[in-house]
Amino acid sequence: MTVRRARGILPGFGLSLGTSVLYLTLLVLVPLAGVALRGATARWEDIWHASTSARALASFRLSFFASVAAGAGNAVAGLLIAWVLVRYRFAGRSVLDALVDVPFALPTAVAGLALTAVYSADGWLGRWLAPLGIEVAYTPIGVWLAMTFVGLPFVVRTVQPVLAGIDAHLEEAAAVLGAGRLQAFGRVIFPTVLPAVLTGFTLAVARALGEYGSIVFISGNLPLRTEIAPLLIVARLEQYDYAGATALALVLLLASFALLFATNVLQRWSVRRLGPSPG
Amino acid sequence: MPFGESILIAPQIRQPGVTEPAPVRWLLVSAAAVLLGLFVAVPLGAVFATALRGGLGRYLEAILHPDARSAIGLTLLTAAIVVPVNALFGIAAAWAIANFRFRGKRLLITLIDLPFSVSPVIAGLALVLVFGRQGWLGDWLDARQVRIVFAVPGVVLATAFVTVPYVAREVLAVLEAQGSDEEAAALTLGASAWQILARVTLPKIRWGLLYGIALCNARAMGEFGAVSVVSGHVRGETITLPLHAQILYDQYDAVGAFAVASLLALLALFTLVTKKYVERRSRPV
Repeated sequence: MTVRRARGILPGFGLSLGTSVLYLTLLVLVPLAGVALRGATARWEDIWHASTSARALASFRLSFFASVAAGAGNAVAGLLIAWVLVRYRFAGRSVLDALVDVPFALPTAVAGLALTAVYSADGWLGRWLAPLGIEVAYTPIGVWLAMTFVGLPFVVRTVQPVLAGIDAHLEEAAAVLGAGRLQAFGRVIFPTVLPAVLTGFTLAVARALGEYGSIVFISGNLPLRTEIAPLLIVARLEQYDYAGATALALVLLLASFALLFATNVLQRWSVRRLGPSPG
Repeated sequence: MPFGESILIAPQIRQPGVTEPAPVRWLLVSAAAVLLGLFVAVPLGAVFATALRGGLGRYLEAILHPDARSAIGLTLLTAAIVVPVNALFGIAAAWAIANFRFRGKRLLITLIDLPFSVSPVIAGLALVLVFGRQGWLGDWLDARQVRIVFAVPGVVLATAFVTVPYVAREVLAVLEAQGSDEEAAALTLGASAWQILARVTLPKIRWGLLYGIALCNARAMGEFGAVSVVSGHVRGETITLPLHAQILYDQYDAVGAFAVASLLALLALFTLVTKKYVERRSRPV
């Protein structure tokens, strides 16, 4: 009885935990273990070869740099949008707030089609960019654009509650002590929201790194130029090159887990700095 | 996951008495509006504009085509299986995590979030490596003439994989914010486990549950990467709505592709309306 007491008093522990763990194991863990096992049973040289070919390296380079650039874009835009949504009351505020969620709710393939239509050379916005020499569709810029689109909500939604939770007295004290608004932002507000911005940044980078649906349409999928790593995995699979696909997947998984770990560390830092979030 | 925590429990905190000069405020609001307009609103509008470019007749023709209807059917079937299963899982997992102390709780939460961190393409690959012809279970399944990969079960499994976290996250956020005092009270009054669940917990989590289901459903109907890897693109059989849109687009039928895509865009708008509704209903009084 003492063990049970320590767990909690409500019934249903065994049933709820048992079914959850069983379901996750069968649906998520076993297939992912399949990937790891496939990698473990492959020859080391084959994995090395498959993941360091010129085409693979080019795809990793593009995936990595574009997703970090997209995360950086999201950090800046996300902080601005979160600030505006939390601090100001204006007409159309709830419309802007709803637009932030569109990338979460819109299927990625639809996002890809939509961005391609708008930013191709004859699209609504692409036709204004083309004379400036900026080509978006079928270039690395298009990859970056699609990644920025899918990652947009992450920074906004992590920063928003932290920004809303900043004690109003701190800023008023800064003002009383003679700080201008910029100084107050730089010395009081920014240090407080920085962990949240970084958390949102890593979430956005992780999402961008694995993103597929929205990018295939706008990138043009040219090997060595606009081919992202997930796309190369699909290409390998279509050639029934399972070993090659697995090798690339392992590299990508490793990067995802590193980012997941970084997110956890950042969230802990954030909690330490601010105390438990007000939400 | 920022999506889960911020929505239902929005903090109501006093705004500071100092703010920026009006022109600065105006400039910042405009910048945010322009960003969201160019990146989000314009592309969303383009979906509907392109879909209707050939007129209403052409639009209806595209979405009533037999291939489109079969894609709609598969998409609905997949969601009808995946969403209830993941909703039940979400409630069970959230119940276990919120109400009990046990070893490995952090690990369990990380596991639930794992599908968010894994590329959908890798989720598809994983299913191929386990259930495909050359996969670990390939021979065993072949001998029993069961096809999973390149067939409907594969589409369902891939969709279930990527939508695992949604309901669990939303329900857990509500349960953790509200505590389990009411459940404990019901227990002392002699309620059985199922009575507590039906009369106390479900009413308590209903808005979080509804929102989680809406998100799970949107993702289930819209999933592209994982499904495209395991589908095998068998015409009339394993093609979901997003895959159908891609096929039309690759055949240079832009109007048809966008007509199909517009159905999914409507689904997204419906999801957002659900969110607004849930936010309004669950706001603390």
